[in-house]
Amino acid sequence: MDVRAQISMIFHLDKCIGCHTCSIACKNIWTDRKGAEYMWWNNVETKPGTGYPTKWEDQDIYQGGWEKKNGTIGLRGAGKKKGLLNIFHNPNLPVIDDYYEPFTYKYLDLIESPAMDDQPTARPVSLITGKPIDIKMGPNWDDDLSGTPDYARKDPNLHDLSPVEQEAMFQLERMAFFYLPRICNHCLNPACVAGCPSGAIYKRGEDGVVLINQKVCRAWRMCVTACPYKKSYYNWHTGKSEKCILCYPRLEAGYAPACMHSCVGRIRYLGVILYDADRIESTANTDTGNLVDKQLDLLLDPFDPGVIEAAKENGIPDSTIKAAQYSPSYKFIKEWGLALPLHPEFRTLPMLFYVPPLLPVMASLSHQDTAQGEKMDPIAKFWNDNWLYDTSTEDLWGTIEQARFPLKYMANLFSAGDEEKIKTVLKKLWAVRIHRRNVTVGDIAPEKVERALREAGLDAPTADAIYKLTSLAKFDERFVIPPAHREQAIEMLEFTGDTKGSIGFGFKEKAERGL
Amino acid sequence: MQNLFNTLNNFFLIGLPYIALTVFLVGSIWRYRSTKFKVSSLSSQFLEGRQLFWGSVPFHMGVLFLFFGHLIAFVIPRGVLAWNSHPVRLIVLEVTAFIFGIALLIGLANLVYRRVTNPRIAVVTSRMDYFLLTLLLVQVVTGLWVAYNFRWGSSWFSSVLTPYLWSIFALQPDLTAVSALPWVVKLHIVLAYLIVLLIPFTRLMHFLVVPLDYIWRPYQQVIWYWSRKEVRKAWTPWSLQRPKNN
Repeated sequence: MDVRAQISMIFHLDKCIGCHTCSIACKNIWTDRKGAEYMWWNNVETKPGTGYPTKWEDQDIYQGGWEKKNGTIGLRGAGKKKGLLNIFHNPNLPVIDDYYEPFTYKYLDLIESPAMDDQPTARPVSLITGKPIDIKMGPNWDDDLSGTPDYARKDPNLHDLSPVEQEAMFQLERMAFFYLPRICNHCLNPACVAGCPSGAIYKRGEDGVVLINQKVCRAWRMCVTACPYKKSYYNWHTGKSEKCILCYPRLEAGYAPACMHSCVGRIRYLGVILYDADRIESTANTDTGNLVDKQLDLLLDPFDPGVIEAAKENGIPDSTIKAAQYSPSYKFIKEWGLALPLHPEFRTLPMLFYVPPLLPVMASLSHQDTAQGEKMDPIAKFWNDNWLYDTSTEDLWGTIEQARFPLKYMANLFSAGDEEKIKTVLKKLWAVRIHRRNVTVGDIAPEKVERALREAGLDAPTADAIYKLTSLAKFDERFVIPPAHREQAIEMLEFTGDTKGSIGFGFKEKAERGL
Repeated sequence: MQNLFNTLNNFFLIGLPYIALTVFLVGSIWRYRSTKFKVSSLSSQFLEGRQLFWGSVPFHMGVLFLFFGHLIAFVIPRGVLAWNSHPVRLIVLEVTAFIFGIALLIGLANLVYRRVTNPRIAVVTSRMDYFLLTLLLVQVVTGLWVAYNFRWGSSWFSSVLTPYLWSIFALQPDLTAVSALPWVVKLHIVLAYLIVLLIPFTRLMHFLVVPLDYIWRPYQQVIWYWSRKEVRKAWTPWSLQRPKNN
């Protein structure tokens, strides 16, 4: 057992309101530079939708991630052979149009325009060429546009849904969507690290943050291809790749990453997880059906004396072990079994976990539909203006069994197609709601509550704990950041006095092309 | 007149190679050590990918073949001469080399066309890039010209140029054979020195950082700022433990 520590994140999708505050917080700190305008280390996608870059999940196009062939895994579009053979021209590299051409407006024209018959306009200009452009795409171009043929219906996760299921999904009355905020997953088996010919990308041993050394990066661009989440971006100005750094300078100082700190819906949690590095390879090599279970198996119980001893043996500080014991990530993933990785079938073992959303799944019932209407509680019939989110079917699991949103879709996102896993999580989320409704309103029969908790595999104290961490958690409960022990590693950062527009933290050279 | 001719010969065929090699060696080391961030191939594929394929691939293939061709004639001239002793083999070698030269020319022409016509690419093109492309274009054209008009290059390179180049490296420059060569050949040689000289100041630098160690390194890399076992021992004075990545 080789115990290591990993900063792991939880995004609770039921709470995401799609406000993009996280994206802006990140952009303002890290990517408002030339060449990085198009980069969104943090972005929020509307699902179903095509995402950013367009259809990033479709690996037939982008050839990202690992694939299993003849019993072992290899990089799909990069790797030693493909990477070096394609070093003069990478056939699987997305170009800027797959993201969008960054633009601004000539605001000054509004002020400096001479008197004319027509009102002056601020024309859009490209941030690359500086010339006027017709904007074809922008960040979050498909925001809230679920159901539209151009975006939602081209979602790669719909590939194994029957046409009938898809039609049902996009009927106006039944249509639902949710937001999927994404940052770098800081994977345990990162494809970008494996794909980098220069060896510029590495996983930081102390906390598992995956970083690109800007001084070693030589613009071979293989990480962009290799990362199945397309979270490594090529800076066309500096000729270097960049990615989310999990705000490591903030983490080292005990602050939460900017996207998490600023999150309005408080959907984000961050904590340390202890894992067994010896089993990474075998886990990544396992069959698709077992991927999620095996990945969760990697994560170790921080209360287990054997694990603690092995962790200490490996030099993990006591403070980190303690942080692991208080980690909200551990609770969501292992204790409560509520969080699942995004696209585990890419086999990178992502360390960002999502609590799948219950709200878009909840049944929509209209009282004209008599068969369903019969099952409704009287109170829901009375308040018929909120029928769209009515969840009060008399069947205990009616909302999930008769999901408005195909669980298969959710399973394609979070469990490599295993609907049962999604169902288990949603049942737990639903049972917590029933339990809390009983506690606060008390209009549900106690037997029903008991049955709900029992069938979901919870008990009342656990349900309360879930409720508390989901709804009431304060800053220090959502972010349990282990001390970075800078007293031991004072030179983690060489230089901290850089300015806006420079290359990044601890970097003294100018962000200009290398000629 | 003859005097001037000699001076020019001396400067371009003796002075220049030493200047070029010194600048190349010192300059490359200096650039790698002082501005490591700027050692990069500066790919522009992200802004334009399709045209690049028809430029970059034939260009690099041609460069690689011809570079190693020249290198082999320099290192083992006898081997090349022995190979060329049979006319069929000679023709095969010359024709192959010429085809790669044509590929190089086509690739280069595509690259120049792409740089000049695409407004996005123009943004990431420096004046040095234009200069370098022009230089390479002239070099390729003179090379093809020489190969076509002064046959058979692989043989006379081995017997005339190789001794001259070795004399440069042996620090005993000997111009006797070279000074009689036609001016196109001399131009080709001088431009080659110029390109070597320019390596530290251009994107050509990227050929020095070809990631061959990728072949041997394990796929995953984990870097520890501190030796995680040593640092926890009381007897490890932490000031002796340098972070590994800075």
